[in-house]
Amino acid sequence: MGSSFRFRDDTPHEEPAVTLDAFLEQEDATAVRLEAGEDARQLIPYLDRLQLIEISFPRFRDGRGFSSARVLREAGYKGELRAEGDVLIDLIFFMRRCGFDSIVSEHSLNPVDVDAALNRYHHVYQNATDNAVPIWKLRHG
Amino acid sequence: MYKYDQYDQAMVDARVEEFRDQTRRRIAGDMNDDQFKPLRLKNGLYLQLHAYMLRVAIPYGTLNSQQMRKLADIARKYDRGYGHFTTRQNLQYNWIKLEEAPDILAELATVEMHAIQTSGESIRNISADQYAGAAADEICDPRPWAELLRQATTFHPEFSYLPRKFKIAVISAKTDRAALRWHDCALRIVRNEAGEEGFEVYAGGGMGRTPFIAYPIRDFLPAKQIFSYLQAILRVWNLHARRDNIHKQRMKILVHELGEEEFRRQVEEEFQNFLALGTDFPQAEYDRIAAYFTPPPFETGLSEEIDRSDPDFALWVDRQVAPHKAPGYAIANISLKPIGGIGGDITADQMDVVADLAERYSFDDLRATHVQNLVLPHVRKADLYTVWQVLREAGLADANLDLVTDVIACPGLDYCSLANARSIPVAQEIQRRFADMDRQLDIGELKIKISGCINACGHHHAGHIGILGVDRKGTENYQLLLGGSGAEDTSQAKITGPGFDEAGIVDAVERTVERYRDLREPGERFLDTYRRVGLDPFKEAIYG
Amino acid sequence: MRILTGNDLKTGAVIWWTGQDWSLHVEDASDVGDHGEAVLAREDGARRVNGGYIVDAEATPKGPRPAHIKDRIRALGPTVRPDLTLKPADPTAGDWVI
Repeated sequence: MGSSFRFRDDTPHEEPAVTLDAFLEQEDATAVRLEAGEDARQLIPYLDRLQLIEISFPRFRDGRGFSSARVLREAGYKGELRAEGDVLIDLIFFMRRCGFDSIVSEHSLNPVDVDAALNRYHHVYQNATDNAVPIWKLRHG
Repeated sequence: MYKYDQYDQAMVDARVEEFRDQTRRRIAGDMNDDQFKPLRLKNGLYLQLHAYMLRVAIPYGTLNSQQMRKLADIARKYDRGYGHFTTRQNLQYNWIKLEEAPDILAELATVEMHAIQTSGESIRNISADQYAGAAADEICDPRPWAELLRQATTFHPEFSYLPRKFKIAVISAKTDRAALRWHDCALRIVRNEAGEEGFEVYAGGGMGRTPFIAYPIRDFLPAKQIFSYLQAILRVWNLHARRDNIHKQRMKILVHELGEEEFRRQVEEEFQNFLALGTDFPQAEYDRIAAYFTPPPFETGLSEEIDRSDPDFALWVDRQVAPHKAPGYAIANISLKPIGGIGGDITADQMDVVADLAERYSFDDLRATHVQNLVLPHVRKADLYTVWQVLREAGLADANLDLVTDVIACPGLDYCSLANARSIPVAQEIQRRFADMDRQLDIGELKIKISGCINACGHHHAGHIGILGVDRKGTENYQLLLGGSGAEDTSQAKITGPGFDEAGIVDAVERTVERYRDLREPGERFLDTYRRVGLDPFKEAIYG
Repeated sequence: MRILTGNDLKTGAVIWWTGQDWSLHVEDASDVGDHGEAVLAREDGARRVNGGYIVDAEATPKGPRPAHIKDRIRALGPTVRPDLTLKPADPTAGDWVI
């Protein structure tokens, strides 16, 4: 069971992710796991050092991780941003737009369905954390 | 009205295919209902008592004749020949098959309609003043902003798995016809001293089991920054709302727990972040959208005269017609509340009649209202008599707007799987009790609103007289509430005391009304008298 | 007695467990005793029912009558639209609900 998808070209980071509390106590950890409800902004001072941030989706309906991801990307985080947990196919498009570039789902997701879900919408209405050009910009050049 | 371009059309078309694929995966067994439910809800598809129910969005309550005819076609082809207008300017079909739902969405997409985000924990269809673009008392047409926000909030990647539903309303008049402050986010367009357009912003309203009236969070927000501000509100809520108890996840609960001042502070901080990201739509895009809402080519030099020689017509004009901003024109309200009927229900044939009227007599423009009626917004006064005759022929000429028989009622236990008691039979019984027109006119403005459970879809918290159906040991029981308002004088109704059975609640309403007639001073509406004398005299009348 | 109900996955129609299959008519429902959960798990897995649940009912000469008004409305149809119920020709059908 389970499946993972990675949308980065660099070598996967091997160091296991530690809890937020453990991370804040260590000086050299480079991978951290944020539970839903933990404050992503606590990581902002350490973004240069971090190479992997894993954000937990304990239940697919719990969308806090979307905001956490954007907060980190907006603060300049460039490392791997992983969504982990109850990740269903229909969340992945939104996750990509919020800056996630790695998915570890507890479900066996069919790669063909994932691909279809990621390529269904050719345009988007609003800016987010990806490079998609919003429709209003296409309309006005 | 707004016209889709290639991008808008591609978006709804892709949505249809996405839902077709999701439905296929569900029927094939790749998903269980727990996983499928949030997806079907984001397309307005509920499982109700008797079948699936589909809620179609009518963005800001505006539709044209082609769209209305399509709604009629769908009612005939996929449902049982009728539809139901809701308290949020949507239309619901009650007898839908899951396997046909993707086809219905495909039909809707051919007339630039959809069911996107009409349910589920998402940013819902944005409601607006049903007189927008016609009202004599508005600052400007609020719909361009509603359309801009419709696009901005459609498939928003950060806010598609919110803690709960999120409802927005936009108006631009002092008179509130949209139950503004009962929304999670309420926007009223104002102009500042420099003449610039902006929003008065209210946050944290909502009905349900824990009602709150939205509080003023911003006196003046420059209009072009609205999307940043809205996203700031949503992010504060999305990050900090509880996720452990679905009944405590609406934004109103977070506002209440943090306190208005602290919530405002956090929103302002997040607002600065969003401003810096440059996510606001540019002026050019607003201008593009607004161009679709330029006023229709009103004729000039029209007569203001209305021939009132037919007394039935004169009565209808007095009740159903509102002032228009253009000389010689009027706003005509169509009642969907015939005595003993089902409020908000309309047959496919009636939809076609209304569509024809809109096309011929109202610049192809039609509105749905949150009180479950319809509006022809731009009718020449000279055409009113013809319009009325056609409506009368179709059984749509009741003259009861805002009167005691213009009852809001949710579908209740006759249709809804959440309901504890039936709402419609109570509404019908009240209508029959007060059917006499002279009596209705004597009572004057009196807004009765009935919900069949605490979720309050029938707006009982905002009723001058509210009725809440509850389950009392397996039988239907009804609580009476007094003193609510969904207008600019927003207030929350209070429970009078112990509940009643179905016959008892109608008697209690009648005793309440009779006590009002005894107590009122000249010119006082029921609500005015209630506010002057308080609950006690009514309790005495109701409970003896 | 205890009977099983739910909605047909594809059509949404209200259905009742007869012991072998699902029926649109509550009159056909059979007592499942203590086996309700097992039947529901199997039928849900086979995607023959959506949102199934167990209902207390009274055995009457005309067949099972669900204990709760909600299930009686589900069994017949909306009380405000007799024409759309399962018994449109019977003007007294609604009395069974109340």
